[in-house]
Amino acid sequence: MKFHRGNERPISDVPPVIVLVLLLAFTAQTAWHYTRPEPVASASELPAPPPFDFMRLASLGDPVALSGITMLWLQSFDNQPGISIPFNQLDYTRLIGWLDLILKLNGKMMYPLLAASRLYGEVPDDAKKRQMLEFVYRKFLDDPDRRWPALAHAVFVAKHRLKDLPLALRYASALSEKTTPSAVPFWARQMDIYVLEDMGELESAKVLVGGLLESGTIKDPQELEFLQQRLETLEKQLEEKRQSEKSN
Amino acid sequence: MHYTPNEPDLNSSVMKSPILTIAKYTFFEALKNRLFAIMIISLICVFGLIEFVGELAITESGQIQAGITALVVRLFAVFITCLFVITSMVREFNDKTLDVLLSFPVSRQTYYYAKLLGFLLLAVFIVVLVSLLLLFYADPIQVMFWSLSLLCELLILISLCLLFLFTFGSITTAFTTVIAFYLLTRSMDSIRLISESPLLETTSFAQAFIDFLVDAIAFVLPGLNQFARTEWLVYETGSVSDLYPVLVQTAIYTVLVSAAALFDFYRKNF
Repeated sequence: MKFHRGNERPISDVPPVIVLVLLLAFTAQTAWHYTRPEPVASASELPAPPPFDFMRLASLGDPVALSGITMLWLQSFDNQPGISIPFNQLDYTRLIGWLDLILKLNGKMMYPLLAASRLYGEVPDDAKKRQMLEFVYRKFLDDPDRRWPALAHAVFVAKHRLKDLPLALRYASALSEKTTPSAVPFWARQMDIYVLEDMGELESAKVLVGGLLESGTIKDPQELEFLQQRLETLEKQLEEKRQSEKSN
Repeated sequence: MHYTPNEPDLNSSVMKSPILTIAKYTFFEALKNRLFAIMIISLICVFGLIEFVGELAITESGQIQAGITALVVRLFAVFITCLFVITSMVREFNDKTLDVLLSFPVSRQTYYYAKLLGFLLLAVFIVVLVSLLLLFYADPIQVMFWSLSLLCELLILISLCLLFLFTFGSITTAFTTVIAFYLLTRSMDSIRLISESPLLETTSFAQAFIDFLVDAIAFVLPGLNQFARTEWLVYETGSVSDLYPVLVQTAIYTVLVSAAALFDFYRKNF
């Protein structure tokens, strides 16, 4: 059946009682809505993540798409209807559970780790920052060549936000030791040298650079030149340090 | 197919080439029902939604957009194709068009293949339309692999729609069964992995029976979860070698379901 304007009968054909009931029902609906209380914004807690099997089943064989949808839902959990919750008020144990679940659904996805280090790892709560950085570190170990950017940011957070140089060194050393040179840029693999310098461990930094040069694992001429320059700078710094210690 | 016996051109073309004529009218019915107009409007809405999703993502926005677009348009293509096939066939039964066609020297087998061809043509158009949207977010070669695979998925579903319609005869039952079948097929690998999980490992007879049942069901289902895989679009991992199992599975399953549908169709009295 097709509805065309020309085919419609005039309104006068509709029984008046139908029109009356329609108007009354419309008025009743608007009146009913008016008497209802206004919705009140209330923050709901982050739920515990469901079992992985449940999510795998719910993905209908498409875990990649579900991982994206779940990640966006999790990221926007701080913005609930009519209310905004600071990230640091979230339950970080559950939050990590969700991020872990998303990574299980899609191991190639970098989003959960970058959100962990750049979003949830930047809250003004050192304990929660550390929780997130440890999560990033654990997950980095599962696939270092793919997940190094998140740990590189974790080095930055540990060094500049937490001011915890030993922690930064632990992450930077992992970046250097667990990754393969062809998969990870040079600057990321040498972060431990800078952390050692910042810690005043010039001798260790020098040994590290010297070891790298001697190991023969670095083939790129620019990288070799850069390391050679770093070694020379470190030797100068060490010499200056020794002289200042003698003069004192 | 809205056919009236007093149309001389149609009469002669049905006699000359019944498969092509019936297929052509099946496809034209979709055009007359404004199916493509609805699809284009829906895809524009999906595009708006996906652009919004892209704004939400703080990283990997392109990949997330490609993944969600693939999921949405695949479900959309599956639902709209199944619904159209079932409603179109039911209308044909109710309008007695089938009775009229079978009064010509047209075998039931010819009629079945003609309808399958007509609906396949419709599926090609649907796949082309949804793939155009994907081209905004994914590599064209990967979109091509994905689209071809989706077309195979739709071909299996079209033949299933025909089978379930011949078997059950009602829109509600046939559509519900096809969708339930589709969801089960897509989830079958997950169900098997869960049933084989070490957490559930027991030596009870019930557990062994369930394991056997799940495996037995998996044997007769097509592996649709290997079709039109989202990771091809998101991580550009699709290759020609991924298409071989898809094409083989499609060929085997379409023949199987078509044989079952024809078995049922030949036993029907009109």
